[in-house]
Amino acid sequence: MQAMGGRPNVFPYLLLLPALFITLAIVAWPLLETVRLSFTDASLKPTEEFIGFANYEKIFSRNFPEVIGRTFYWMAISVSLKMIVGVLGAMLLNSAVPGRSFFRVLVMPPWIVPIAIGVFMWRWMYNGQFGMISGVAQHLGILAGPYEFLGDRTGAFYSTVVTDVWVGTPMVTIYLLAAMQSISPDLHEAAWVDGASRWYRFRRITLPLIMPAVATMGLLSAIWTFNSFDIIWILTEGGPRGSTTTMIIDTYKTAISRNRYGEGAARAVMIVIFLSSFAAFYFCMLSRMARRSLNNDK
Amino acid sequence: MINKYRWWEIVGIYLGIALFLMFILAPFLEAFLVSMRPLNRINSIPYKIVTENMSFEAYFTMWENVPRLARYIWNSFFIATCVTIIVLIAVVPAAWAFARFEFKGRDAMLAAFLAINMVGGAVLIIPLFQLMRNLGLLNTYMAMIIPGAAFLIPTAIWLLRSYLMKIPRELEEAAWVDGASRPYILLKVILPIAMPGIVVVAIATFIGAYAQQFLFALTFNSNSDLHPLPVGIYQFFGRQTVVWNEVMAASLVGILPVLIIYIFLQRYIIAGLTAGAVKE
Repeated sequence: MQAMGGRPNVFPYLLLLPALFITLAIVAWPLLETVRLSFTDASLKPTEEFIGFANYEKIFSRNFPEVIGRTFYWMAISVSLKMIVGVLGAMLLNSAVPGRSFFRVLVMPPWIVPIAIGVFMWRWMYNGQFGMISGVAQHLGILAGPYEFLGDRTGAFYSTVVTDVWVGTPMVTIYLLAAMQSISPDLHEAAWVDGASRWYRFRRITLPLIMPAVATMGLLSAIWTFNSFDIIWILTEGGPRGSTTTMIIDTYKTAISRNRYGEGAARAVMIVIFLSSFAAFYFCMLSRMARRSLNNDK
Repeated sequence: MINKYRWWEIVGIYLGIALFLMFILAPFLEAFLVSMRPLNRINSIPYKIVTENMSFEAYFTMWENVPRLARYIWNSFFIATCVTIIVLIAVVPAAWAFARFEFKGRDAMLAAFLAINMVGGAVLIIPLFQLMRNLGLLNTYMAMIIPGAAFLIPTAIWLLRSYLMKIPRELEEAAWVDGASRPYILLKVILPIAMPGIVVVAIATFIGAYAQQFLFALTFNSNSDLHPLPVGIYQFFGRQTVVWNEVMAASLVGILPVLIIYIFLQRYIIAGLTAGAVKE
């Protein structure tokens, strides 16, 4: 709005002030402070000293590389499953059958209810003696006896993945469904007139056209999954024997449960480095897409 | 009309949808069934989906047996409402600035706001903890409200900005030409026309604020009287005897408000949520 107001505009900055103040205080400053703390031996004691890269040397000589590997493995499985289930779900909900608008409403609850409460329900479901999964599996003869899903390392690892997929799938599904619905029906009809089968149309029309949405959502989903705390904390607190300790859980335990702020900050800085590379990738992809759509409009 | 489904395709689609929805809804079903079982039937082996003597009894007894339950629900509402108000106060002017004004560093600032979405609260937990301690906010509502609001501001700005950009600027310019001041324009011209958009943002923010009450409450608050429902129930888990049917009943009662809001306003909520992820 150049027309409004002659002198150089201070006004827009004034408008931004409240939002800037909160986000600088709660996000930007803590981010810088985390970096500073990571070079100190901060803990519960009143003084802190600069100790250079000692925290980083320390964590890398311990279990940290293993935690990084586990985090990426956990994220990769969870995000792939979310994308696969999300694409399938969106396809199903996009088909023209009676009742579909009702089914669409039923998809969203895991995403909108408090995550923690959803996870309480899963914790009961995973119970070996009385939970639904173990119970139904025994009835169907899949399991011979009670199985405590959170009780052993492998079971706990994949159980936390499944719950994370459950929380993330609705968003992916609804987002991809919106992408599918924005495809012009003319394309499908033209292909149909030419005798293309449904599967062929899905492969050659729907899939290529939703690919940008799949890529965007996949990356966003990866970022959210990387940051995921509540699910693992409530189900296992990182156990049993560290099998579900991802970088976030590891940082929280070091910093808050054991009060080693400096060392925890070094772990948090590593998370920020990974997250920034995802974010850089995401922004590059967005601007590439924006440019491509500009070219198409010409 | 494009080719119709054959009967086996329709069967396949419904089967697929049924499987998909079973995955999504099974935990809710399980929670409901557990809440209906008498306590001595919850731990019955072998597992039965329907047990004898199912009743709503737990929904009445839980108010006495789960300490402070009503208080937790109230806290959850109170925190989410305060977060929503703070977010709106910060976001309405900011979104207007981004939508209408040209100023140095606008695009960079917008991108910076977007980037905030990439960092979760758990990453910044150490300085945030120290900040709350130094400000004397530990064990107060503020320790849960302020961080909660900060992390919801970026999405809200994006959502409202795209809504404001669709409003014709002639209205504001006409008011400007008539000599109205800019604060007056914001309050008397923009606010009324943007109301539908602001309401969508408010609902999306409230649901987000209600859904994310765990980490900050768990870390910054140890006063049981102030806990929101998720942390209140979580602490109940550690006890020797967990009254599972009442815990599940309480959980379901706790999610009921958002489910009701969702059912009535689902179209707006879905629009709000997906816009938050689309970012243009």
